[in-house]
Amino acid sequence: MVLGRVALPFVPPRFVRRHGWTIGVYALLLASLIFTVAIHPTYGAFDIKSLALGALPLALAAAAQTVVVLSGGIDLTVGPLMAVTNVLAARAMLHSNFRDALLIAVLVLILGCAAGAFNGSIVVFSRVPDIVVTLAMSFVWGGVALLILEKPGGGAPLDFQNLAQETTLSPWVPNALILLIVVVAAVWIPLRGSRLGLALYAIGSDRTAAHASGVNVPLVRMLAYTLSGVFAAIGGLALTMTTGIGSPLSGSFYTLSGVATIVLGGVSLAGGKGGMLGPMAAAFILTLIPADLIFLGIDPNYGQVIQGIVIVLVVMVGGLATLRRKSA
Amino acid sequence: MSELSPLLEVSGLSKRFGPVIALRSADLSVRPGEVHALMGANGAGKSTLVKVLTGVLRPDGGTVALRGKIRVIASPAEARRAGLMSVYQDPALIPDLTVLQNLRLTGTRAEAVRRWLSELGMSDIDFGVLTRDLPPPSLRLLDLARALAAEPDVLLLDEITAALPADLTTRVFDVVGRRREKGRSVIFISHRLAEVSVFCDRATVLRDGETVGVVEPARGAEAKIVDLMLGPVAADVAQAEAQRAPIRSGDGSGKSRLEVRNLQAGSMLQDVSFTVRPGEVVGVAALEGQGQGELFDCLAGVRKPDAGQILVEGRATSFRHPYDAIHAGLVLVPADRMQALLRQRSVRENIALPLVSRLTRWGLINLRSERRRVKQAIERLQIDTRAQAQVRRLSGGNQQKVSIARWLAAGFQTLLCFDPTRGIDIGTKRQIYVLVRELAAAGSSILLFTSELAEIPLACDRVIVLFGGRVVQVLPANVADESTLLRAAHGLAAEAAG
Amino acid sequence: MVLSLLLLLLVGVLEAIRPGAVTPNWFRTTVLFAAPLGILAAGQTLVMLTGGIDLSVANVATAAAYIMASNARHGDLQAVLLGLAVGVAVGLVNGLGIAVFQAQPLIMTLGMALVVTGGLTVYSQFAVTSVPSVPGFIHTLGAGTVLGFVPVSLLLWAPIAVIIVVGLGRTGFGRLLYAIGDNAAACRLAGVRVWQVRLVNYTLCGLLSAIAGLVLAGTINTADLGLANTFLLPTVAAVVIGGTSIFGGSGNYSGTIIGALILTVLNSVLTLLDAPEPIKQILYGAIILLLATAYTRVLSDT
Repeated sequence: MVLGRVALPFVPPRFVRRHGWTIGVYALLLASLIFTVAIHPTYGAFDIKSLALGALPLALAAAAQTVVVLSGGIDLTVGPLMAVTNVLAARAMLHSNFRDALLIAVLVLILGCAAGAFNGSIVVFSRVPDIVVTLAMSFVWGGVALLILEKPGGGAPLDFQNLAQETTLSPWVPNALILLIVVVAAVWIPLRGSRLGLALYAIGSDRTAAHASGVNVPLVRMLAYTLSGVFAAIGGLALTMTTGIGSPLSGSFYTLSGVATIVLGGVSLAGGKGGMLGPMAAAFILTLIPADLIFLGIDPNYGQVIQGIVIVLVVMVGGLATLRRKSA
Repeated sequence: MSELSPLLEVSGLSKRFGPVIALRSADLSVRPGEVHALMGANGAGKSTLVKVLTGVLRPDGGTVALRGKIRVIASPAEARRAGLMSVYQDPALIPDLTVLQNLRLTGTRAEAVRRWLSELGMSDIDFGVLTRDLPPPSLRLLDLARALAAEPDVLLLDEITAALPADLTTRVFDVVGRRREKGRSVIFISHRLAEVSVFCDRATVLRDGETVGVVEPARGAEAKIVDLMLGPVAADVAQAEAQRAPIRSGDGSGKSRLEVRNLQAGSMLQDVSFTVRPGEVVGVAALEGQGQGELFDCLAGVRKPDAGQILVEGRATSFRHPYDAIHAGLVLVPADRMQALLRQRSVRENIALPLVSRLTRWGLINLRSERRRVKQAIERLQIDTRAQAQVRRLSGGNQQKVSIARWLAAGFQTLLCFDPTRGIDIGTKRQIYVLVRELAAAGSSILLFTSELAEIPLACDRVIVLFGGRVVQVLPANVADESTLLRAAHGLAAEAAG
Repeated sequence: MVLSLLLLLLVGVLEAIRPGAVTPNWFRTTVLFAAPLGILAAGQTLVMLTGGIDLSVANVATAAAYIMASNARHGDLQAVLLGLAVGVAVGLVNGLGIAVFQAQPLIMTLGMALVVTGGLTVYSQFAVTSVPSVPGFIHTLGAGTVLGFVPVSLLLWAPIAVIIVVGLGRTGFGRLLYAIGDNAAACRLAGVRVWQVRLVNYTLCGLLSAIAGLVLAGTINTADLGLANTFLLPTVAAVVIGGTSIFGGSGNYSGTIIGALILTVLNSVLTLLDAPEPIKQILYGAIILLLATAYTRVLSDT
């Protein structure tokens, strides 16, 4: 009985095939770090800390975007939400002590969660494509940020800032890095292994099949945007920690950069494919580029160009790979 | 509750989508331990009824009662809890998740699924594989096993045999039929009358959104079912059919129009050679996945063969793009009409698509010329709609006609039809086959693959049987009956000969 | 059409808030500011019809204007051609990545936007020795008036609009844009060489973006590095409000024109309301959302 099984000419170990891109990104990160040390032999603990501080907000923006894109959507409000939570925290924490600052942080987190849920419910109930909804809402949230703080200002207690800026455990393991790992792992690891996590991938992979499989599609979509709000809020708090102030326009960079980061990290914009590990490494790679340029003595303005070229090349290569796979 | 009181009772179900009335007043009564067929032409409302029963759609009116109690089913999850599980034409499996993950998603126990799979004869599916990497028959059986593992009271099978090879079909019938013993029922949707009469206890026929009859199918009762499905038109058509003399296609002599030599592509198509002459209809018979897909893709210019030659009018050709094939006169009508049609665009735009470059003068489209050609094609095929209508609103049969009309308007030498009648109602099927014969009589060549082996003699002059990516038998159509073809398609040709 | 009514309604609201506000001069100013957006959104429309998107349009507009202005001393015509060439070049690269390498339009154009912005910054630091200036005739094009209240830029925008509308409806290329946006695979099966159409389309978008940038530079008579930055999201908004589906396959440019006008008038209404900038922004976003929702409801009922 011949069923015409799908035959593959050369079968690499399934693990490599499944996680190839992630492995590649980490290899690229390693290579970039080695390159950095090579051109700047005095690259030390301080530089690692700077790297972590710079990458933290971007990585969190990427985390927010990852959750939504995996579910088959996109969230253009990530940057503005980061700005809102940033200015809110900075304004509230200006004269408070560490303990109050923590309380404020928790409140801000809850607000971020609510904002994300709000976004999500509009996406689901208006039936307008998510790119349009989040585009419009990005204006709204941007305006809200400006309402809270017209100009950069506010502040945060030093202890709070040091949550990210210090190196408590060891000079080589900056708090920012620990913070990132703990926060992302605490949310993502339980999610990834649960049925909800599977449902997230399911609706991104094939929404109709997911519905037919009994997944509550609207609910899961809303949850995706809610989680995005949570990560964005953490990102905004991270901005408060790393910069010490609140700036209403701080978020504008992070929306699209977040998208670029996750694409570099192997998340498919079509949904259903990818994970959280890749984007984390990608955030560090993209943050390293401007630093490397300074070390090389190249005008840091080239940074944007190079980042852009890296993205374009990666995407074209990725496209080629997909083409090759399809015609096989 | 007596033995005969219905397990599932649907009364007066109605559903409309804007101006389109999908269900007018549908009734369905299924007894416990029964295999009940649901039949009807395309657009009669079968799929809508199924979707209501399984919670994908909410009805506008009517009731659904299970074991005597009226239930409102608002979602697939609720349908499942109520004991209604369905297996659709498109397996409801998530492509980017592994089999195991898919099962976890729906809360199905893996061992139960494994047990059912081995009963269906497919115990070697690797649960760690992404479902997008599984071949279609495996996907369908997996979907079926998953549904069976939920031990539903009522199992709905929507055209499950359409993409299965014949032996798997028998296996499926065996396994599913055993549910009768437990007092569980099956609703079986199929266009294949032969299967229905063998497998089912009763059949409900839908036409135009309402139930027009409940029949006990048996050998010989097929005609009655067809009558019910087609309505008053049926009698006329049947008469016309009986009186029509078989159209003589071209005598098949002369230069070859299309010749394939030792074609090889991918892992399925190994070595195929044959010739098609002008005015000839050559049928291709094969089980699922024997290389016919790759063959048609090569001929249509969708993929490049790894080895071998394609000769058109005696000249070797190489296609790098469907454009090259079309230029050489080879045009493709794929099985899945959604692959070929522009959903949101009008019928006219769809038909004129290949023509667009030819109709332009100074860049602007010559609307008059376009309108004329489109009108001709629509009339020739009796497409039941106006040219401005959006294609997605048409019934499946009419959509397929649009797909063919495109090439009538554009002109071609050889028409490659890949399973053109899959999932199409009987009336349209007949029209398509009549058209095929007419085209051949006018000098075109046709290469026709169909999974409905019984229909091959209706349209073809010769039949090529593919097995394992090779041609194992070539028969004239008049001796190509279903059982002979089936044997050959299984690779038993050598024994059958002589 | 519903959209036109909406536009008239907005103008009515404007008149109601500040009686006497709607004058020929107001009309002139409105068109003046709507024209660059409208031309920029034209490219976006073409691209979105095929189911794609171009996030580099604003940066290309800025770059074209800046390069034109910094080369003005070499001769006006040459400067303008250089500016246009920038648009064509970027469009070509976008088209190459998307059509040939099958890259996702969102991220490809995003990457190119970064390349263009960064490249422009570098260029401004090294290649420019004198203050960029806008050539005289470009200034007239962007800000001049004919017959007292008809902006010159309208004389450029109108023919472009006509060409695009007719092109979309009556030419093979236009038909193919809709077809590809609806079902690119089906087009391929029908013999259409999809990549060619896409390549030309993105190049056209780049050209239109460059034209928009030049007009904008003419309107405000300077060309700085942030010239068109705030125009990106409004182009998407204008296209969506105008009724083009973000998934491709349906829509038209006449809707986008009205969408651009609505956004511009909306801006004036909000300005006249003396609303603080944050409130303006919030209202802007909320109204776009409302319009999009209304549109989706209307479309889904048919």
